[in-house]
Amino acid sequence: MTDSKYFTTTKKGEIFELKAELNSDKKEKKKEAVKKVIASMTVGKDVSALFPDVVNCMQTDNLELKKLVYLYLMNYAKSQPDMAIMAVNTFVKDCEDPNPLIRALAVRTMGCIRVDKITEYLCEPLRKCLKDEDPYVRKTAAVCVAKLHDINAQLVEDQGFLDTLKDLISDSNPMVVANAVAALSEIAESHPSSNLLDLNPQSINKLLTALNECTEWGQIFILDCLANYMPKDDREAQSICERVTPRLSHANSAVVLSAVKVLMKFMEMLSKDLDYYGTLLKKLAPPLVTLLSAEPELQYVALRNINLIVQKRPEILKHEMKVFFVKYNDPIYVKLEKLDIMIRLASQANIAQVLAELKEYATEVDVDFVRKAVRAIGRCAIKVEQSAERCVSTLLDLIQTKVNYVVQEAIVVIKDIFRKYPNKYESVIATLCENLDSLDEPEARAAMIWIVGEYAERIDNADELLESFLEGFHDESTQVQLQLLTAIVKLFLKKPTETQELVQQVLSLATQDSDNPDLRDRGYIYWRLLSTDPVAAKEVVLAEKPLISEETDLIEPTLLDELICYIGTLASVYHKPPSAFVEGGRGVVHKSLPPRTASNESTESPEAAPAGAPTGEQPDVIPTQGDLLGDLLNLDLGPPVSGPPLATSSVQMGAVDLLGGGLDSLIGDTNFGAPPAAAPARPGAPIGSGLSDLFDLTSGVGTLSGSYVAPKAVWLPAMKAKGLEISGTFTRQVGSISMDLQLTNKALQVMMDFAIQFNRNSFGLAPAAPLQVHAPLSPNQTVEISLPLNTVGSVMKMDPLNNLQVAVKNNIDIFYFSTLYPLHILFVEDGKMDRQMFLATWKDIPNENEAQFQIRDCPLNAEAVSSRLQSSNIFTIAKRNVEGQDMLYQSLKLTNGIWVLAELRIQPGNTSFTLSLKCRAPEVSPHVYQAYETILKN
Amino acid sequence: MIHSLFLINCSGDIFLEKHWKSVVSQSVCDYFFEAQEKAADVENVPPVISTPHHYLISIYRDKLFFVSVIQTEVPPLFVIEFLHRVADTFQDYFGECSEAAIKDNVVIVYELLEEMLDNGFPLATESNILKELIKPPTILRSVVNSITGSSNVGDTLPTGQLSNIPWRRAGVKYTNNEAYFDVIEEIDAIIDKSGSTVFAEIQGVIDACIKLSGMPDLSLSFMNPRLLDDVSFHPCIRFKRWESERVLSFIPPDGNFRLISYRVSSQNLVAIPVYVKHSISFKENSSCGRFDITIGPKQNMGKTIEGITVTVHMPKVVLNMSLTPAQGSYTFDPVTKVLTWDVGKITPQKLPSLKGLVNLQSGAPKPEENPSLNIQFKIQQLAISGLKVNRLDMYGEKYKPFKGVKYVTKAGKFQVRT
Repeated sequence: MTDSKYFTTTKKGEIFELKAELNSDKKEKKKEAVKKVIASMTVGKDVSALFPDVVNCMQTDNLELKKLVYLYLMNYAKSQPDMAIMAVNTFVKDCEDPNPLIRALAVRTMGCIRVDKITEYLCEPLRKCLKDEDPYVRKTAAVCVAKLHDINAQLVEDQGFLDTLKDLISDSNPMVVANAVAALSEIAESHPSSNLLDLNPQSINKLLTALNECTEWGQIFILDCLANYMPKDDREAQSICERVTPRLSHANSAVVLSAVKVLMKFMEMLSKDLDYYGTLLKKLAPPLVTLLSAEPELQYVALRNINLIVQKRPEILKHEMKVFFVKYNDPIYVKLEKLDIMIRLASQANIAQVLAELKEYATEVDVDFVRKAVRAIGRCAIKVEQSAERCVSTLLDLIQTKVNYVVQEAIVVIKDIFRKYPNKYESVIATLCENLDSLDEPEARAAMIWIVGEYAERIDNADELLESFLEGFHDESTQVQLQLLTAIVKLFLKKPTETQELVQQVLSLATQDSDNPDLRDRGYIYWRLLSTDPVAAKEVVLAEKPLISEETDLIEPTLLDELICYIGTLASVYHKPPSAFVEGGRGVVHKSLPPRTASNESTESPEAAPAGAPTGEQPDVIPTQGDLLGDLLNLDLGPPVSGPPLATSSVQMGAVDLLGGGLDSLIGDTNFGAPPAAAPARPGAPIGSGLSDLFDLTSGVGTLSGSYVAPKAVWLPAMKAKGLEISGTFTRQVGSISMDLQLTNKALQVMMDFAIQFNRNSFGLAPAAPLQVHAPLSPNQTVEISLPLNTVGSVMKMDPLNNLQVAVKNNIDIFYFSTLYPLHILFVEDGKMDRQMFLATWKDIPNENEAQFQIRDCPLNAEAVSSRLQSSNIFTIAKRNVEGQDMLYQSLKLTNGIWVLAELRIQPGNTSFTLSLKCRAPEVSPHVYQAYETILKN
Repeated sequence: MIHSLFLINCSGDIFLEKHWKSVVSQSVCDYFFEAQEKAADVENVPPVISTPHHYLISIYRDKLFFVSVIQTEVPPLFVIEFLHRVADTFQDYFGECSEAAIKDNVVIVYELLEEMLDNGFPLATESNILKELIKPPTILRSVVNSITGSSNVGDTLPTGQLSNIPWRRAGVKYTNNEAYFDVIEEIDAIIDKSGSTVFAEIQGVIDACIKLSGMPDLSLSFMNPRLLDDVSFHPCIRFKRWESERVLSFIPPDGNFRLISYRVSSQNLVAIPVYVKHSISFKENSSCGRFDITIGPKQNMGKTIEGITVTVHMPKVVLNMSLTPAQGSYTFDPVTKVLTWDVGKITPQKLPSLKGLVNLQSGAPKPEENPSLNIQFKIQQLAISGLKVNRLDMYGEKYKPFKGVKYVTKAGKFQVRT
């Protein structure tokens, strides 16, 4: 007799039958019936209708029956909250049972019942269980706190369970410690700001002791927690490392990888001269290699992590190349990862072996793998200079096989090799040209066209070749079209006499017959360039390209350092920081490696440099194949490193003229307006680099950090100010307010001697420094200035409240204008009110001061709303879910100390929010509401 | 932490689901099926899949997919290790980890899953503890249960659960006290066309079967412990003793368990026991080719090599093969294109060979790829690395146990390129 009998049904209807059996007097029959119910549940059948009948079976001394009923309860309590209350008494009673197994079972199950009403009853039993004499009950109760926090965070905090949980870290039983750490970590993950896991040398010591004695899973939790600790000096780091290293020999691979994470992180603090540093490096290799003999799924995760580790510390695995050799029956996801690591480890010492392997792989069956192997050969050539020649000849051998996808892949990588070693391997071009007809993939076609264009002077029939592509121009993909356009222009510049017709043809195809804006724009630019100044065109289009170097996809160093802190997590599998993909981005804290102490190699630790400021020596990275187009465009047109004099004839013209003047004559009546932002010359950009500005337009807009910044608006039109045009906006970044101004001289004379003054205003805004325009502003020139502001000026209430009157002076005259500033620039960073205080204040402010507003058409969810508001210093203090609506309670403080309290009601599925504001100075409320509007809608 | 678990069979039916937090709809598995479809081969389904709201982490074991649903950032290895532990537990309880076995014991499975994980945190995964909480099904017990009405759920707290040796239960009693160790070594190797070794390493394990009463404290020492420089230990082993004396000192769990696993990789230590002579060729513009392989002993330390099987994935264009084995028998599956030659053992007097013709699809171009030969073999009474157990001592108990060590060497991922 097996359990499969529980799946059979009878004619009468299953539910009916079960109901009868559940109410049977016979114990055995009852139990069998509950088992049938559970069996249906396991396959996802809905048996919630039986709820009252099953709950009736709960009062029993048969443990198996009790467990089965509990299993049922957990699944269905949520759908029957009123009925679930019936079960509460039994739970409370069971929490007092003399048998610890039953006490633990009861508190565990209660925590799993995600019904609000039940949680209130749970508190008392849980409090007792957290202090139970039996460690089994305590460790179960610790997890229960995490469960309860998930259901009702507020309750857990109010009841002081978090403190009890913190106390459990010092418990005498290692299992309890491990579970307390696990529970705290989970709670901390949803509350990144709360300083729950307050690690200090004492608690670290306790964790390290528990580490040796608890279960493998507990070890993982503890190690992950240790990884967040920042040792105070290298000695402490070393002592922790010493106590963690034995974990590297654990049979559980997750323990091993978590230990590796701790070591990789703390190693950062050790000086490289230390003997211990070398020992540690040696100890890291074997466990990493051992991970590769595990099941394929484990191998995959391990390989993704090893990929990070070899980028950070290549020395660890440099002698272990062979373990990454691909076995033909590895799953494809393992093969591809191994290949990637092989290339990272390739060096002059082992390149022969690697190449032999890669060549072997290129004859395998799996197409994806073969392609990647061929590509890998190209990457080797670029990485290890000595091997380039062999790589090229290997690639030529592969081209001879005539296997279509191999040939195409080979051509794509040979193009990269040309860019790394110009004027070295061009002899193979002839062989490549033979395969022109077999290329059917856009990437390969584009690569081939690039080669033909680049080396047009050495290919006798380059024009014929390119012309043959031109016939089907409209059927080609954009990638190929763009490449063809550039190649033909190059050809024209090299052999102008024979190819005039060809270039005319391609320019008209690109500009007139295409509806692809990229293609049209590039066509126009070439056209314009060729017709105005062929010499300049030559210098731009045929400019010497910077060499590409080493690796195609090295992870950017700051990101790599962050990822090292996430070894073993999902982030390490995706090679993205958790903030980039974890659901809702619950304000994930950025982790960073500890700075090296007592180190004489500060350049070695990239985190010493401010984040986001890549060091100058960073190698130029080849664009990934997808970016190729954009990159080529920049290569051809942007200011190259060597800096050829770009469009020297038009220094005073700026980009607008370049496009405006000549083009019209070229393209007749096509309305090709100047770009809307009228080429703002960014600070530091030379006036002449019109073209590059044009391309930078996209990147220059919207670099948001700190609170929301509105786009610049024109405050003072040129007509009103004798040619001076002022546009601007207000920003608040890390506590300082500034007024970002853009001054444009539209007059015919030079302007100088600028100064600025504010009238008295509601919040005492005043310039914190004089307006500094360093050089005279010549006609048609624009400068951008960021004027720091403070709020210590004299105060006068304005109408509207946020009105600001400004006077600007220059050598010509004095001009006046007024503008409205968004209130959120006045929201200070310490505007987070204490929870208790909030409640008290809310009650304290009279109801007539409350104002209600509707924010319409805002498609964000509560999480996104609060994170967005937070970046503008509106802080969410609590979040509650009332009848399906999310209620956010928020506070903010203005520079003059006025507090504003807010309650934001968000209904799922409804894009209108209700905002209630309470403030002792109710006149600010409408402006706060406006600030909400602007922040949320932009 | 782990949110939910779905068990899925090869034909894509979800036949069991278990949720440790709130219920997640089965529809989340659609993303998995999508990935499965894309992967073509079941073994190529990526183990980590992201969906808009969840992550799916899966393993493929015994023709079943164990798909877990994750909602927050967790260590994927932790999840994968846990899933394997679930599969191991099923294997342990029901003798096999199959859809039929799981369905036959669905209630026990459910109880087990509930016991193994609480709110996504592992609770009890040691087989010793689980078996005290939930007794494995036996025919005898189910008969007794149905007569006496007793249950298969233990009603006391497992003793080992919280002690410093959570892996062992108290009060173990045997009439025959025995301790057996199996030293099993697998050779992973890639041999290139010309017969030279591209890569070779030994993956070794020592599996123990310990049936000793009371709380025995064991010490296992080796003749040549230096071989073991890359080792993973069962938690019962005292790491300090190993570091200082190179002795495995431990209080064992009761029953079967893996004591250590190790890796020997320095190339000169890895002896390759067989060689293969091969010639596989396809003629240009004709629909046939020749196939000829011979296997012989190489460094076999004087032991017999047995249980040899050769499997070859032939190129897609191969229609059929007509071969003559000098020894053993062969099959060719025209659908999967897999040739399997069951050789048996090698007698040095007459080396086993397999020769004959390969029929290709007519008109198809000559295949580009060279098939790899995958070789399986077994050598009894030999640990190819040379590892030897010196002695086993028992402290803490008075009786005299039976002791035994068995060695065996097998081929792991052993492939010969052609």
